[in-house]
Amino acid sequence: MLSVNQKAALVSLIFLLVALGIWEASSQPPKAQEALSEYELLMGGADQEARIPPPSAIAAKAWEELSNPFYDKGPNDKGIGIQLAYSISRVLSGYFLAALIAIPIGFVIGMSPLMYRALNPYIQILRPISPLAWMPLALFIIKDSETSAIFVIFICSIWPMLINTAFGVANVRRDWINVARTHELKPLRTALTVILPAAAPTILTGMRISIGIAWLVIVAAEMLVGGTGIGYYVWNEWNNLDLTSVIFSILMIGLVGMLLDLGLNSAAKLVQYQE
Amino acid sequence: MSQEPKQPSAPISLASLGDAFDPQVSLRHDSNCSCHTCAAAPRESTNSQQQALSAEAMLDRAIENAVVRGIFQQSDLSRRTFLSAVGGSTLAAIIGSILPMNEIKAAVQESSGKLEKTKLKVGFVPITCATPIIMAHPMGFYSKYGLDVEVIKTAGWAVARDKSLAMEYDASHMLTPMPLAMTLGAGSTAKPFIMPAVENINGQAIVLHVDHKDKRDPKQWKGFKFGVPFDYSMHNFLLRYYVAEHGLDPDKDIQIRVVPPPEMVANLRAGNLDGYLSPDPFNQRAVWEKVGFIHTLTKEIWDGHPCCAFACSKEFATTNPNTYGALLKAIVDATHFSAKMENRKQIAEAIAPTNYLNQPVPVIEQVLSGRYADGLGEVKNEPARIDFDPFPWHSMAVWILTQMKRWGYIKGDINYQKIAEEVYLAADTGKIMKDLGYSAPDSTYKKYVIMGKEFDYTKPEEYASSFAIKAG
Repeated sequence: MLSVNQKAALVSLIFLLVALGIWEASSQPPKAQEALSEYELLMGGADQEARIPPPSAIAAKAWEELSNPFYDKGPNDKGIGIQLAYSISRVLSGYFLAALIAIPIGFVIGMSPLMYRALNPYIQILRPISPLAWMPLALFIIKDSETSAIFVIFICSIWPMLINTAFGVANVRRDWINVARTHELKPLRTALTVILPAAAPTILTGMRISIGIAWLVIVAAEMLVGGTGIGYYVWNEWNNLDLTSVIFSILMIGLVGMLLDLGLNSAAKLVQYQE
Repeated sequence: MSQEPKQPSAPISLASLGDAFDPQVSLRHDSNCSCHTCAAAPRESTNSQQQALSAEAMLDRAIENAVVRGIFQQSDLSRRTFLSAVGGSTLAAIIGSILPMNEIKAAVQESSGKLEKTKLKVGFVPITCATPIIMAHPMGFYSKYGLDVEVIKTAGWAVARDKSLAMEYDASHMLTPMPLAMTLGAGSTAKPFIMPAVENINGQAIVLHVDHKDKRDPKQWKGFKFGVPFDYSMHNFLLRYYVAEHGLDPDKDIQIRVVPPPEMVANLRAGNLDGYLSPDPFNQRAVWEKVGFIHTLTKEIWDGHPCCAFACSKEFATTNPNTYGALLKAIVDATHFSAKMENRKQIAEAIAPTNYLNQPVPVIEQVLSGRYADGLGEVKNEPARIDFDPFPWHSMAVWILTQMKRWGYIKGDINYQKIAEEVYLAADTGKIMKDLGYSAPDSTYKKYVIMGKEFDYTKPEEYASSFAIKAG
């Protein structure tokens, strides 16, 4: 006898298959007629409507792309593996730069109510700005599209980390800090051995939010600036109105985003503690 | 030698560019040659060894070779006898004392020049206007002039402009009004740009959504939303001119939006746009996707109008004059190649792949051949739908400036001809066209008739203010 979990898995699999089956059946192109006139040939066939590609076409596309992910046919045509590697490296460099700055500043803000009040207005103004709005300014000042893309990632991933670090540090239980004080620990030592471990879960939550945002933004930034990356891939296939490739790349973006999130999730588990 | 390789009969083949100062080397390399290179290896490997020489070293070799051959009256035997008697360096020294070998080498290279930079980045927006810039890569026009060019696809004109201003691109595909605007600092930071070559003439179209098949009269277009690729584009100025000639004020009666060319069809399908004046292949692509039809080709508005251009910063040209010259030669050559109808089918196939335009071949073929479906049920035949002509007429620049003035993109007094002559380098292009054996016009100005109205380049200010519909 199957357990409830197994039954649920089975049912959701059936739902998926039914949905895919309906999709597949509803998006079949009509049978090709024998003789097309010249006009029909120049119009790309007598078929009246462009339609969403069936799942089988997407699977075929995925097989084709994934079986040769690292080909390089010139600067504007590279395999999906290379494109994803470009995007991930941009995201990670912007993200770690942001972490390098956000966590120490977040610490200072969290530990000092004065700094918190002094810096809070700026953070509140800068935080809601769409990272892409920085793009024209970044291109103008940095004069390099690659660095500009990294800057955009940096600016979007800094806020959640900064705010979460400050929040986590400010909410460390007073008792623990008092204990540290009675042991006459130096402030730096207190920060590293008491506050940091105590605030770590909150900081990691901020980092997890940041990586999600960074991955969302890189696709848009690369669509804007072009050149390389998964965003460029989507743009280039949109350019060709090739929905099969677009759907395939959407799936890949989702997959990589999920993996990035899982990575940080397991890092967060390492610093969890029970009170 | 068991197998005799076939001997080419060319007077100086690559294999015969041996070291002229080596008595062991035959400069003839005929089929019974017994020199060590021929004896040791079949001819192919001799060739590949010779090809390993750089182009410059090869040229040096050829000059030495010619001089030595001349001295020994083409008698290879007496050269080799002499050399084994006195040694190669002695001969080199003797010849050097009589003939200034190095100066001869320098003089020969003067015309081609030493390239300051051979690895270049050239930007392009994926449209058929850029055909010469793009196809020069797969069809080898850049490498023919010793350049290793990477052609980089760019998402739109604003990005092309910013990457050019940032010198990330050495040169770029642009719209003919862009270098003028960038030099003037209109809609951009001011930086002197030069435009040595036009890419294409004609080749654009007004496309309307299939729902508007009954609205062929522009007077019915009130409230329409149109897309153009960029503010400073011939597309914008031609669309404005066209609707204004039909009595609509483009700033009040219709809405003109800037949409990057690759996003035109998707926006038309989504109903964000009622139509657009855009570069191909996106006009033909709208027909192919059955979302639009071709209302008119821009050729009907102004036959022979310029559209896209090849441009770079003045700084690039002055710091790398030889590279700039070689690049321009490659472009002029490629442009003339593209102009020939018989090459178009081959070009369509070369530029269709993902690395370049990323479009179906039949769509590009329809654009380049001019035999196309118009989306209204007819097959049209317009061989002049798009053409390629590199000559940057100063009068074209003046016309563009009058339209920028007319619609308020630039204000105040403008010295039309001075700006035109600073940015459009017609003299350079004319010289290179003649050097490469093409005919170039003698004057750089001419009059145009656009929708029945004459444009006189000597009276730009009067022309700009002569229109009933204009900004301000």
